[in-house]
Order: sequence, then C-alpha cells, then structure tokens
Amino acid sequence: MSNEDWPLYEVFIRAKSGLSHRHAGSVHAADDEMALDHARDVYTRRNEGVSIWVVKSSHIVASDPCESSAFFEPAQDKIYRHPTFYKLPDGVENI
Amino acid sequence: MNNEQALLQYTLRLGDNALVLAQRLIELVAHGPELEEEMANANFSLDYLGQARMFYSYAGELEGRGRKEDDFAFMRGEREFCNFLLLEQPNGHFGDTLVRSVMFELFYLEQLQALANCSNERLAEIAARAVKEILYHLRHDSQWLVRLGDGTEESHARVQDSVNQLWRFSGEMFAGDEVDDIFQQVFAGPDLEAIGATWHEKMSAILAEATLAIPGDEWMQKGGRAGCHSEHFGPLIAEMQYMQRSYPGLEW
Repeated sequence: MSNEDWPLYEVFIRAKSGLSHRHAGSVHAADDEMALDHARDVYTRRNEGVSIWVVKSSHIVASDPCESSAFFEPAQDKIYRHPTFYKLPDGVENI
Repeated sequence: MNNEQALLQYTLRLGDNALVLAQRLIELVAHGPELEEEMANANFSLDYLGQARMFYSYAGELEGRGRKEDDFAFMRGEREFCNFLLLEQPNGHFGDTLVRSVMFELFYLEQLQALANCSNERLAEIAARAVKEILYHLRHDSQWLVRLGDGTEESHARVQDSVNQLWRFSGEMFAGDEVDDIFQQVFAGPDLEAIGATWHEKMSAILAEATLAIPGDEWMQKGGRAGCHSEHFGPLIAEMQYMQRSYPGLEW
C-alpha cells in the first residue's frame, strides 16, 4: 500500500426531508463509494441524517481570502438591495 | 428433543454467532487501519452485540429459569457455546477479517430474511431489525473484498490466501442438525439447503468481481453446533468473560 493519504472528501448531510444538505465535515476515502460509507459511519451514527452527499474536496472551487475585500465589501453599503422599503400588506408574515 | 427445546437451542445459537463475532471485532477497536474504518468496525461490532443481547434475552424467557443475557454471555463454558467455527477464527490481517465477515454475512442475511417470515413472532421481529444492519455490513465489506482482490498484486495474493484458508469453515453453516430441522418444519424456519445454494451463487459473483479464484469444496471443518471449538475459542472467551468470572455479578 502506498504511503500517500487517501483523497479528502467533504460530507454534506440532510438532517430530514425538506431541509437542505449542510456541510458536516470531511473523510478520507480511496474511492467515491468508500467515501459514502465512511460518511455514513462517521457522521450519521446518531441518527443525524436521511441523505448524504460526498464530493472530493479538490472539486470544490473556493473564493480566495485575499480577494475577500473585492468580493464581499462592496455589498456592505448597498442597503437598497434589502427588501426593507416595501410596505407589507396586513396579514403577510414572510415575504 | 421437543419443539420448545429446539426453539431455545436455535435462539441461543443465533445469540452465540452474533456475540462471538462481536467479540472478535471489538478486539480490533483502536487498531483500525484508518480512522473511518475504525468507526465502521466498532459500529459493526456493536450491531452484533445488540443482536446477541436480543437473542439471549429471548432465550432467557424461553428457558424460564431466570437466566439473563449476561448469564448466557459470561457464565457459560466453552462447550456450551454453539457458534460457527468460522466466527471464532482469529482476526489475522485486514483481509482475513474481511473475508470472514463476508462469508458469514452472506449466510446470515439469508438466514435473517427467512427468519423474518418464520412463525415465531419474537425471532421474526429481531430478524427484521437485524436485516437492515447486515445489509449495510455486507455492502461495506463486499466492496472492500473487491477492492483488495482487484487491487494490487500483493493485496490480491493476500486476500486470495484468506479465502483459501477460511473456505473450510463455510460448509458448517449449511450443515444443519436436528435443531435446524425442527425449526424449519415446526416454525417455518430457514431452508439451509436453499440458503447454501444462494450463498454459493452470491459468493461466486463477489469473488469473480474481485478477480479471486473460488476454492474447491474440499473437506469441511464442523463442530460449532455441538460445541466442539477450534483452539482459538478458549482465549477468546477467557478475555470476554474475565470481568464477570473475577467479580461475579459486577455491574457498571
């Protein structure tokens, strides 16, 4: 067996139907099916989920922390993008 | 042997198989090759332990002499255990452990599925619950067998050796005795001959996918049903029973 670590997979669990999958953590695995097994064995032993997604960590494209000011700061002062200037009709709780 | 005695004995054997494999797998805890496999192994061991507890509890009720699950697990001698010899074989290397599990689980799944439809409600309930656990064990373990068999030259050679070494313990699973006969006839229990045929078919398919050779059905080692164990069993129950033997009635 080679000394290289198995590839890393990110694990997403759906806690119950209707909810979205949420990132739960990561596992090492040699292939996709093994990653699914490992995710099941590590992250759902206490009845945490009804569905699992796994994806190789290397397939995730992430934003660069160095670019965070260009990426996120321009949105900070655009209050007009929040729908707070509408008058809600009576009886509407969520919009 | 009357029907009640056969039912009790049959239930105890189910408990013994589950407990002995649980004990073998628990020996591996903290020795897993990878963290994730460590978790899987411990989960599997506890699945078997949970099944053993249900079988022993029911056996205690059937017997009606006040014995509880701990009495069956910890206060019986070597000859009173009637597990398959396959299950008491040492863990060896990862491939040995895996082949032992796949060989048993292929049988056990068929046995449980038949039990889920037997006329004894209690065993049917326990079996229906256990089926789900074993389905997953088999998925996990048979995938690994294919990975090792169809892996590197070294993994292929080593796991082929595991198959060859353990094959002689497979025949015992299908060689029923009076207890199995009564259970099949009176309680609509598993048909061992049919299970044997299915087992060979499915085992062959897994081995073929793993590019492993199927050993010939040569001489088969038997004795588990009669409590005649291999030399590995004494040390196994010595370790398993140590606390209760040293401190009878100990609770925690």
